[in-house]
Amino acid sequence: MCRGVQHPIRGLFLRSYLAQISRDKLPDIGSEYEGDADTVMDAVEFVLQNFTEMNKLWVQMQHQGPGRFREKQEKERSELRDLVGKNLHVLSQIEGVDLGIYKETVLTRVLEQVVNCKDDLAQYYLMDCIIQVFPDEYHLQTLETLLGACPQLQPTVDVKTVLSRLMDRLSNYAASSEDVLPEFLQVEAFTKLSNAIGKVIEAQVDMPAVGAITLYVSLLTFTLCVHPDRLDYVDQVLGACVKKLYNIPKLEDSRAMKQVVALLSAPLEKYNDIVTALTLSNYPRVMDHLDNGTNKVMAMVIIQSIMKNNTFISTAHKVEVLFELIKGLIKDKDGADVDELDEEDFKDEQNSVARLIHMLYNDEPEEMLKIICIVRKHTMAGGPKRLPFTVPSLVFSALRLVWRLQGQEGDIVGEEVPATPKKIFQLLTQIIEALSAVPSPELALRLYLQCAEAANGCDLELVAYEFFTQAFVLYEEEIADSKAQVTAIHLIIGTLQRMNVFGVENRDTMTHKTTGYSARLLKKPDQCRAVYACSHLFWVDDQDGIKDGERVLLCLKRALRIANAAQQMANVARGSSGPVILFVEILNKYLYFFEKGNQQITGAAIQDLIELINTEMQSDSATPDTASDAFLASTLRYIQFQKQKGGVMGEKFEAIKF
Amino acid sequence: MVLVLAIGDLHIPHRAPDLPPKFKSMLVPGKIQHIICTGNLCIKEVHDYFKSLCPDLHVTRGEYDEDSRYPENKTLTIGQFKLGICHGHQVIPWGDLDSLAMLQRQLDVDILVTGHTHQFKAYKHEGGVVINPGSATGAYSSFTYDVNPSFVLMDIDGLRVVVYVYELIDGEVKVDKIDFKKTATTSSAH
Repeated sequence: MCRGVQHPIRGLFLRSYLAQISRDKLPDIGSEYEGDADTVMDAVEFVLQNFTEMNKLWVQMQHQGPGRFREKQEKERSELRDLVGKNLHVLSQIEGVDLGIYKETVLTRVLEQVVNCKDDLAQYYLMDCIIQVFPDEYHLQTLETLLGACPQLQPTVDVKTVLSRLMDRLSNYAASSEDVLPEFLQVEAFTKLSNAIGKVIEAQVDMPAVGAITLYVSLLTFTLCVHPDRLDYVDQVLGACVKKLYNIPKLEDSRAMKQVVALLSAPLEKYNDIVTALTLSNYPRVMDHLDNGTNKVMAMVIIQSIMKNNTFISTAHKVEVLFELIKGLIKDKDGADVDELDEEDFKDEQNSVARLIHMLYNDEPEEMLKIICIVRKHTMAGGPKRLPFTVPSLVFSALRLVWRLQGQEGDIVGEEVPATPKKIFQLLTQIIEALSAVPSPELALRLYLQCAEAANGCDLELVAYEFFTQAFVLYEEEIADSKAQVTAIHLIIGTLQRMNVFGVENRDTMTHKTTGYSARLLKKPDQCRAVYACSHLFWVDDQDGIKDGERVLLCLKRALRIANAAQQMANVARGSSGPVILFVEILNKYLYFFEKGNQQITGAAIQDLIELINTEMQSDSATPDTASDAFLASTLRYIQFQKQKGGVMGEKFEAIKF
Repeated sequence: MVLVLAIGDLHIPHRAPDLPPKFKSMLVPGKIQHIICTGNLCIKEVHDYFKSLCPDLHVTRGEYDEDSRYPENKTLTIGQFKLGICHGHQVIPWGDLDSLAMLQRQLDVDILVTGHTHQFKAYKHEGGVVINPGSATGAYSSFTYDVNPSFVLMDIDGLRVVVYVYELIDGEVKVDKIDFKKTATTSSAH
């Protein structure tokens, strides 16, 4: 009877009403209407027919009326879609419809209608409806049939969303309980989905790159959810994506880029462990297809994942793979537009690489040395802009290895590179030398001094001497800025003071050079301070041998002369005397050595010095200087305090009278 | 009760990737009134991080600091105490307490906070207290083989300062405290 009504909208509403009233009268299992003549199959048949007819009517709606109302029509149609879909709901709720009936009758007939109607709006909606309405187990068991319909749909249908939603549902199904996982394997869900996606992409030649990649993202998400342990599956998905990307000479679309980043980020987030991602052979191939900018973004994502999870990369091989992945950060790609570099971004990138180097670690010295060699190989190719960031990290990583080896007896001979301190120092020399290309003399000087100290700890006199030589050469030839010189000379003095590996001759050469430099600094106050600092080179507290009281005093006297000269200069140049504070500082040094037992420094000498200071302070040309006054006051308080200590110290300080 | 964080020698990124996670979770914004940093952060990122913990940040220059404009030393007054900060590579011999005491006299401060050696120290002498908070990241140092990450929190209350030192030893945070009392100030030169 309904067939008689061919007007689409009226027909639709009529059939909808039919569906509604017949609903609870269907001869379902256990219903009162079930009987010999009326079975479940009759019910199914009835609903299917209603569905088919309704769909036909619905599709027909678009042919009604002139074309200029197309948009309005589409909207109307869309609003009525639930009427059609309702039938599928009803089918899903008929209890008698088991997997068998679903497979044999329901799905086949519904899909037939979907495909044959050749209407994109209907096809999209109905595919989605099937997926949402029927249970997931049914989908698993009819996967092939369901997927088989996809390539047959109109090219304008958003099949990737349909497939994505299917995969989402199945992912959730898998997550719901462990028992269902064998089912997935049994029906070979992954393979079928993978093939289906391949076919769809092949069939829809005009599908833009972003569409294909989004599909792979969905498949990857599914795989990571359902088969996280199957790294071969994960790699397969990446491989399929690489194949697709291969045909695209240059991926220009930013949305597609975003999807590729999503594809690459998914395994990182899932496994929380970069090491797993490093084993995926297709991972670097996907990265290769990114444009330079996005490649670097992805490399940063990888580094951040490592930092966030506190993962250590512990084999040379893995380090090699990792550096292959982040090569966009490590060196300039051939032909890359270097001007594009934003300074802040570049700094961030390089600092990230520098931090990453500390995450590359192995307890085994030989393996650790291999790692250092690999990092060196890659960072040395980075060019002068990158070296100031990466070299320090590499140097300290190597020094830490030296420290570890120090405690061990004898040399450890490895297969290729023996892990000995000597060998590492040779590497270090080459690494620090590279900084001359930047140039970074101040940084290099600091690193040479660090190496000298480490060599000292290993009892390698010649190696330490060589490092000091390099530092001196840099000081002499490359460091011209006076402020930088002051810091540099103090670092040299401080390091040299701690050296105990030098023989007398070598030590003399070094101290002579150092005191020479100190006396030749540009500004007199700087000279003075550096020279009195040198006094400590001749007196090392915790070691026998270097306690040369005379040379200490010579240094201090030299400092006094310089301080005097500074005073005179100030008088001449400014008409008022210069910094008295220098004298107070020297006084404190006198006290230091006096206390330590330097026989050359007498109580009388200290008294004289105090008198000198007082004279200077009270002279007519003196500029009132609260800092000097306070310093002198606290120094005198200190002397007083020492006197009151009594015992040996008290006696000693009694010699100072004021 | 005024809380002062004394921290330094992180050497990020040259010698260490980051602060230990256990320290990071302890250092939250809004709890500390002042931060004293001995230097060698070394990059702006670390400076910004400290600034986010507490806006009153005082930093002195370490020899590896990216920003060379930090001062060589600094003095400030918190409550009844005068504090001085200096990285320490300028004071030779490095780590020598008598030489540091000399600097303390020169700066005329009750508490001198200094670094460079990556070794925690809290040393009381006639002129006051010298505190070295160590290295917050346990960064490599030629002074000591095994550097435990550490930092110091000072609680200044009237004439009393309680120094809490936090050390990361074998993965666990250990806390120790030392009390210092300042005698009523004698009249100073000014």
